[in-house]
Amino acid sequence: MAHVSISACPACNASPLAERIASDALVGDSVVLMLPTIHCSACIVNVERKLNAMTEVKDARVNLTLKRVTITTNCSVPIERFVAALAEIGYAAHELDPSLLAQSEMEKASRHLLTRLAVSGFAMMNVMLLSAAVWSGADGVTRDMFHWISAMIAVPATIYAGQPFFTSAWTALRARHLNMDVPISLAIFLALGTSLYETNLSGEHAYFDAAISLTFFLLAGRYLDHKTRSVARSAAQELSAMEVSRAIVRRDDADVTVNVKSLVVGDIVVVRPGARVPVDGDIIDGSSEVDRSILTGETRPEFVDVGVNLHAGELNLTGPLLVRVTAVGRDTSLHQIAELVAIAESGRSKYTSIADKAARLYAPGVHILSALSFVFWYVYSADLRVSLNIASAVLIITCPCALGLAVPAVTTAASGRLYKKGLLIKSATALERLAQIDTVVFDKTGTLTNGLPQLVELPKTDALSLQIAASLASASMHPLSVALSKALTESGTNMANLTGVEEIPGYGVQGYFGGRLVKLGRAEWVGADAIDETATYLRLWEMEPITFAFQDALRDGAFELLKDIQHQVGDVHILSGDSEHAVAAIAARLQVINYAANETPQGKAAYIAALQAQGKNVLMIGDGLNDTAALTAANVSISPASALDAARVASDVVFLGGRLDNLIGVVGLARQSQRRIKENFRIASFYNVIAVPIAMLGLATPFIAALAMSLSSITVTLNALRVR
Amino acid sequence: MDVLVYLIPISIFLGGVGLFGFLYTLRTKQYDDPEGDARRILSDEWDDHPKPD
Repeated sequence: MAHVSISACPACNASPLAERIASDALVGDSVVLMLPTIHCSACIVNVERKLNAMTEVKDARVNLTLKRVTITTNCSVPIERFVAALAEIGYAAHELDPSLLAQSEMEKASRHLLTRLAVSGFAMMNVMLLSAAVWSGADGVTRDMFHWISAMIAVPATIYAGQPFFTSAWTALRARHLNMDVPISLAIFLALGTSLYETNLSGEHAYFDAAISLTFFLLAGRYLDHKTRSVARSAAQELSAMEVSRAIVRRDDADVTVNVKSLVVGDIVVVRPGARVPVDGDIIDGSSEVDRSILTGETRPEFVDVGVNLHAGELNLTGPLLVRVTAVGRDTSLHQIAELVAIAESGRSKYTSIADKAARLYAPGVHILSALSFVFWYVYSADLRVSLNIASAVLIITCPCALGLAVPAVTTAASGRLYKKGLLIKSATALERLAQIDTVVFDKTGTLTNGLPQLVELPKTDALSLQIAASLASASMHPLSVALSKALTESGTNMANLTGVEEIPGYGVQGYFGGRLVKLGRAEWVGADAIDETATYLRLWEMEPITFAFQDALRDGAFELLKDIQHQVGDVHILSGDSEHAVAAIAARLQVINYAANETPQGKAAYIAALQAQGKNVLMIGDGLNDTAALTAANVSISPASALDAARVASDVVFLGGRLDNLIGVVGLARQSQRRIKENFRIASFYNVIAVPIAMLGLATPFIAALAMSLSSITVTLNALRVR
Repeated sequence: MDVLVYLIPISIFLGGVGLFGFLYTLRTKQYDDPEGDARRILSDEWDDHPKPD
C-alpha cells in the first residue's frame, strides 16, 4: 500500500490500525453491522444517537426489520471502534462483510416483480370494471367501446407484466422442453389475439379480463415464492457474512491483521489462544492444545508442539502459536472437503418437485385438449373464428392459475411458521423432501452437544484440594479449566491462596501453596495415569493425583427432540468421529441404540448411503466439516447456525439459536404442508374437470372463465393458510 | 349514457394515481424497513425539526 494518508480526521490517525484497515472502510464508505438484540423504538434511538455522536460517523441508520445498522463514515475507521461503542450501551454487534450480502440484486428482482404485480393489478381492476358492464348486458356500440378501452389497458399491461413468464417459456422452448410457463404464455397471447380479432369484428366475447387477471394471479404466486426464498437466503448470507475472516500475519517483526484471502504460502501467522486456525500450516514456535472437533468430531483437546501440522478451522486453546502457511485457498483441507460436497450435490439435484411433476403431466395435456377442441370444432362447423375462440377458451380455463399458487402459497405459509421458530429453509424443495423422512442421523459433537465440557461429578476428596483446584482453574481460559472453575464455584468452594501461578501453554497451570508445587493439567505432565475419558488431573506436591473427568454438555432440548423424533418420525442414529467411549456415553444418556464412532467424513457419507440403500429417507443433522459430505449425501440436511460455513452451505435448513427443541415438529409441519399442496392440486383439478367440458362444448363465456379462475385461486390460497 | 365519457377517464385516472403512488413508494425504498418505520414514529428524536442531511 502506498504511503498516502487516507484518513481525514484526527481520530483515525490516532489509531495505528487505521491505515491498514483503510482497505476495509474507505472514506465515505459504509459499514454494515448486525445487531441481533435490537427490538424496540428505544433501541433505534439509542444506537443511532450513540453512533451519530461519534466524530467519524457521517450517518448511521438502523434497519429494525433486518436488525442491522448501516454506518456511513467520513474517514477510515477500524470497525472494532463501532463494535466497542455499541457494546458500551449494551448492544452486541457483529461485522458483516458487505460484499457477501449481495442484497441489491435480490432486492432489484423483488422490486421488479412487485412493480409488475402493481401494474397488472391496476390494469385488472380497470378491465374488470369495464367487463362487469359487459357481463351485465351492455351491447352494440357500448360493448365495442368497452372492449376497445379494455384492450388499450390490457394489451400493454399484459405484455409488460407477463415478461417473466414469456422469457422463461422461451428459454424452455429453446431447450426443447415444456414447462408450466409455456401453456401460460400461449394462453395469454392467444387470449389477447383472439379478443382483439373478435373486438375488431364487434364480437360478443373478449377475454381481456381473463388475460390480465391470469397474469396478476400468477405474478402473485411468483412474488410469494421469491419473497420466501429471498428471506431465507439473505439470512443465510448474513451468517456467512458474519465470518469476516482475518488473520494476524507477522511481517518484519510487526503483527498485521489482514484478510485471510490475501495470505500466501510461507507467511507466518500468529494464532492467539481462543482463535481458530485460519489456514493449513506447520507450527514453528510455541506449544498449545488444539480442539479439532469441528474437523474430526473428536472432543478431547490434543497437545501440539513445533512441527505439528494444523488445519484450517481448528481451535487453539491455551498458548500462542506461530504457524507457517503451507496451503491457502483451494489447497486447504477445508476446501478439499468442500469439493466432496460438490460431488455429492450433483446427485441430489436430480430430485424433481411435485410442481415439476405436475407441470410435466399438465403442459402437454392442456395443449392436446386445446388442439383437439380446435380440430373438432373446425371439422364440425368449418368456422375458423368459432373454433379459434373455443380453443383459446379451453386454454384460458385450464390455465394453471390455481396451480401456480398451489405450491408457493403453502410453502410461504410453512416457511413463515418455521422462520418464527428460527429455522431458515434454504432450498426450494427442502420441505417436500423433509416430509418423506423416516430416519434421522445426528452428528454428536457440536450438534447434540454444544461442544462445551461439563464436569461429570466432583471427586471425593478433601476441601483443600478442591480449593487449590479452583484457584488453579481460574487462572486459565482452557475450556476444561473454565468448566472446572464453574462447577467448583457452583458447589460453593472457596479459592485457596496460591503464589506464583502461571499457565504452561499446552500442559496446564502450576502454582505454589505454602511453598509447595501444585499442578493442574495433562496426565503425562502431572504424572498421572490417563483415563479413557476427557479429563484433567490435579497433583498436590507428592500426593496421589486427583482426576476430574468431563463429559460433553448436551444442547438444550436434545432429549426432548430425540423423544419427539422417535415418537413421530422414526429411527435415530448417532454418527461421530469421536472415540467409542464418548459416543457410547452420549447414546446411553439419550437412549439411542444405533450409533457409530470413529467415523471419517467418507465413512459418514457411506453410512448414510447404506441407509438409503435400505430404502430409507435420511435426514442428517450436523455441524462439522467432517459432516459436510454426509449432509450432502442425505436426503435432507439441517445444521445449526454455529456450524462452519461449509456445513451450512451443504445443508438445506439452518436453525438459529442454540436450542434443539426448536426442531420439534418440523417434519410434522413439512408433512402437513405436503398434504395441503396435494389438496390444492386436487382442488385445482376439480375446477378443471368441471370447467374444461364446458369450454370444449363452446359454452364458456368470459364471465365463466373469470369466475372459475378467481374462485379456484381464492380457495387454494385459503387452504394454504390452514398450515399451522 | 353520456356520463361514461367522464366516468371512464376519471376511474382510470384515479386508478393511475394509486398505481403511481405505489410505484413512488417502491422506488424511494419505503418498504425496506417496515418494522423500524412503524416504531420510529414513537420516538421524539426529530419532532422539533427534521433531521439535517
